[in-house]
Amino acid sequence: MSLDKDQIHKLATLSRIAIDEATLESVGERLSAVLDLVDQLQAADTTGVEPMAHPLQTTQKLRDDVVSEPNHQEAFQTLSDSIHDGLYLVPKVIE
Amino acid sequence: MQWETVIGLEIHVQLATATKIFSGASTRFGGAANSQACAIDLAMPGTLPVLNAQAVDFALMFGLAIDADIPMMSVFERKNYFYPDLPKGYQTTQLDKPIVGAGRVTIATADGGTKEIRIHHAHLEEDAGKSLHEGDFGSQYSAIDLNRAGTPLIEIVTEPDLSNATEAVTFAKKLHALVTSLGICDGRMAEGSLRFDVNVSVRPLGSETLGTRTETKNLNSFKFMEEAIVREVARQIDVLEDGGSIIQQTRLYNGDTKVARSMRSKEEANDYRYFPCPDLLPVVITEARLQRLRDALPELPDARVARLIERYAIAAKDAQILASDVALANYFETVAKHCDDPRLAANWTTGELIGRLNGEGLELAESPIDAEQLGILIQRIGDQTISGKMAKQVFDGVWSGAGEVDQIIKERGLKQVSDSGALEQLVADVLAKNPAMIDDYLATEEGRRKKKLGGFMGQIMQASKGQANPQQVNQILLAQLQSLIQSRGD
Repeated sequence: MSLDKDQIHKLATLSRIAIDEATLESVGERLSAVLDLVDQLQAADTTGVEPMAHPLQTTQKLRDDVVSEPNHQEAFQTLSDSIHDGLYLVPKVIE
Repeated sequence: MQWETVIGLEIHVQLATATKIFSGASTRFGGAANSQACAIDLAMPGTLPVLNAQAVDFALMFGLAIDADIPMMSVFERKNYFYPDLPKGYQTTQLDKPIVGAGRVTIATADGGTKEIRIHHAHLEEDAGKSLHEGDFGSQYSAIDLNRAGTPLIEIVTEPDLSNATEAVTFAKKLHALVTSLGICDGRMAEGSLRFDVNVSVRPLGSETLGTRTETKNLNSFKFMEEAIVREVARQIDVLEDGGSIIQQTRLYNGDTKVARSMRSKEEANDYRYFPCPDLLPVVITEARLQRLRDALPELPDARVARLIERYAIAAKDAQILASDVALANYFETVAKHCDDPRLAANWTTGELIGRLNGEGLELAESPIDAEQLGILIQRIGDQTISGKMAKQVFDGVWSGAGEVDQIIKERGLKQVSDSGALEQLVADVLAKNPAMIDDYLATEEGRRKKKLGGFMGQIMQASKGQANPQQVNQILLAQLQSLIQSRGD
């Protein structure tokens, strides 16, 4: 399966990845190669095989509902250069 | 043309856990901004989610309460989209294998019957953070508080079984009563603990095919929900009758301005590219776990209504109001425990108390009068200490912090003394303090003694602060004076 330019643009937009026109073709080829692999996998006969939700044959461990995380706000907020009264500031988003 | 309305709801219920769904950070409401967002909630590299057992149990309890199919295995997925209050770039949620399958909730209808509303499924997911768009941080910014990020939610999805705004609100209230009775949600809608998305479409009456629907998101009060539905139904009918067509879109309703606006249309809808979350393994629900939860399931609203009617012989309408809120029902039962008249207790709880709370915008938990005091107040009406009219004054007194019921009755002299023992004592005390008056009385000719009684009565009524029952006092006084005459005569 090969992806056309529009599909790649759409994927790039959805993924918030900037792709310039010069690399568009090579990105398309590489993504198409991944999809070809998927096609190959899907061609395998899986009759009678239970679909897996995860490659590991084990189940999710659960955690007790007890507060275990201290407040490291100060340390975390050194990573951002725009903090106001403890809030992270971002370019205005309007729904 | 006659139109028919079709409504389905999606309800986000914040689960009342102490910690986040995938991290050990606190979920407490109202903390300082970003003080409860840990490395996992912030999507720091290298962190991994670990599922909260309590969130799983709460979701399962909901499933048991609505008689739902509960699959043995459920799976978390990633719903991918970009928004600043979602640090990971995806919401961890469930899609094909939700924790709770199809179930049902029965509601009362306007004609006195019942209707079964089918629940399509309920799934576990994490809440996003909060975005503030207005504040003193500059108009070019939005401000992000991630305390709410990772708070566990169940999203409950109904089938389109609701036919009008009233039914939708009845269902919403029933669901509120259900999750608060289960103790899986605090039910504080103003804080966003329960949020409703409403899907509305209309179609010609009798038509089998569904019309194009719109979704109005994030309604956090029953009133807004009702208004939003009524307005959206009217808007859709207007558009269709003018020959237009409904555009599938997401709308936001502003409860203050009563205006809904389009948020995004189908064309702009996100392609979420769901896929199973590799960081989380399939969750297996054992029969033992389900049985343990089933055994510990608390009394549900329908059962409580029945029990309140049966045990206290109160009106069905009162029982329904009381059982709609687990805290209110508990309050009532405490009131009833402290008095002998449950009907009066129900009247005061659903009338005076709720009226006052609503009037002052208070939650039950903030009530200045606790259930025990209200019970004592009602008991004082029952034992004829005070009249119903006096009781309202006492209620006001307790409400304004003047003290407890009996203290206020005493201090304000509201008590009507009819207890003969107390009156005997009162009369005896006054007589003992006034030997001169007694001598005068005894010295008076028998036929003229009646005139002298007024002096005693005045003293006694004054001593009782006007609360003594005068007829009773008169009789007791005469009897005591008579026995004095006899003892002196002997």
